[in-house]
Amino acid sequence: MMFKAHIRKKLPIFELDVDISLSHGILALVGPSGAGKTTILQCVAGLQTPSWGEINIHGKTVFSSEHGANIPIRNRRIGYVFQDYALFPHMTVEKNVMYGKPRKGSTPNKVLTASNVLELLKIEHLRNRYPNQISGGEKQRVALARALMTEPELLLLDEPLSALDQDTRSTLQQELHKLQVQWQIPFILVTHDLQEAEMLGDQIIKLDRGKQEAIKKSTNTQ
Amino acid sequence: MEFSFIPIILSLKVALAAVIIVACSSIPIAGLMAKREFLGKDVVESVITLPLVLPPSVVGFMLLVVFGKNGPLGKLLEQWFHTRIVFTLAGAVIAAAVVSFPLMYQSVKAAIESVDQNLEKAARTLGARELRVFFTITLPLAWNGIVAGLVLAFARSLGEFGATLMIAGNIPGKTQTMPLAIYFANESGDTGQASILVVIMTVFSFLAIYGLNRWGKRPKRDSRGDSA
Repeated sequence: MMFKAHIRKKLPIFELDVDISLSHGILALVGPSGAGKTTILQCVAGLQTPSWGEINIHGKTVFSSEHGANIPIRNRRIGYVFQDYALFPHMTVEKNVMYGKPRKGSTPNKVLTASNVLELLKIEHLRNRYPNQISGGEKQRVALARALMTEPELLLLDEPLSALDQDTRSTLQQELHKLQVQWQIPFILVTHDLQEAEMLGDQIIKLDRGKQEAIKKSTNTQ
Repeated sequence: MEFSFIPIILSLKVALAAVIIVACSSIPIAGLMAKREFLGKDVVESVITLPLVLPPSVVGFMLLVVFGKNGPLGKLLEQWFHTRIVFTLAGAVIAAAVVSFPLMYQSVKAAIESVDQNLEKAARTLGARELRVFFTITLPLAWNGIVAGLVLAFARSLGEFGATLMIAGNIPGKTQTMPLAIYFANESGDTGQASILVVIMTVFSFLAIYGLNRWGKRPKRDSRGDSA
């Protein structure tokens, strides 16, 4: 298993209680807003702490309430694409993408340069622009490039396409799928759009008020 | 009596030194206060802001108690370094720093708090340690507030009167800054010297406030979203 999480967390109106695992491909977490989707991603990333449970990434326990383990965010090797992209407004596209580049000798799998990643996401021509000088779809690509630059073992995407128009959205859906196949790391994607979940998810988990409602196991394994 | 530039030079020296002290101390303190929760935080915050509302004579009196010949810090400085704070320019710097600290602190803290926390979270997911997050994300994005705080602190230091008079005294050529020179020139009937200094102070203060307002209104390239 590349990724396993069984966690509980008390939230203001309900308790989040999920048990999810993923070996490859894309796991889509779908549900209405306020169902606890983002909380799950933030717990996995280390931005929030679950009240109970265990999270394993790539055979490494990054959180365990039983053993008191809680590895800091920066050592979890997770890529995180925020819902509002969270691009650094005072840095150019290139500086944004380079921000998380691992330092030499810190066990990189691939030899990545900014140009590789910018080219892969077709944003090379934007490298000297600032985030408020590019479109929503372009911002999304920059956010993806920035997350991939860290050479993560798991990529978390929080409503990555919800703010985009329909055309950009379908283009990026296809590219996300291609990217996952190419990159060969599991993605966890949060969306409120069931269609999108069905299109992208190799595995789909429905969430409502913190509970797993239904699980659709995918039949097509790439 | 001839016009003397010495009070202007002394004032600039005092204000510059005070602003350096205030900047070095307020930025880390504001950073901690904006990001950390701890027991008694409200009390600490109130103490920090107190000089803003206390009469300068009260601040001056307290500084005398602390730095005076028999004060705890005054005694230490005398014994270890054979230096005195009372009736020296250092005293004027301390007085200016204490009264201008809250202005800088509040400005910096508000600016740090207004930085989008998602950006700081994003930096952490990209592998940044807390110090790197602070210096590469929080501080640059809080820059406007920091500059505003620096200007306000400088202007306040330049204009400090009451506390300065109590701890540094009014020694012409040594601790007599512009506000003191104005007061004592006027007292002794030298309205010429007083008027010139008044004009200089007023013009400077006007420019500081005007510049700040303009700075605050300028279009920002580095703002978030599409609202450039």
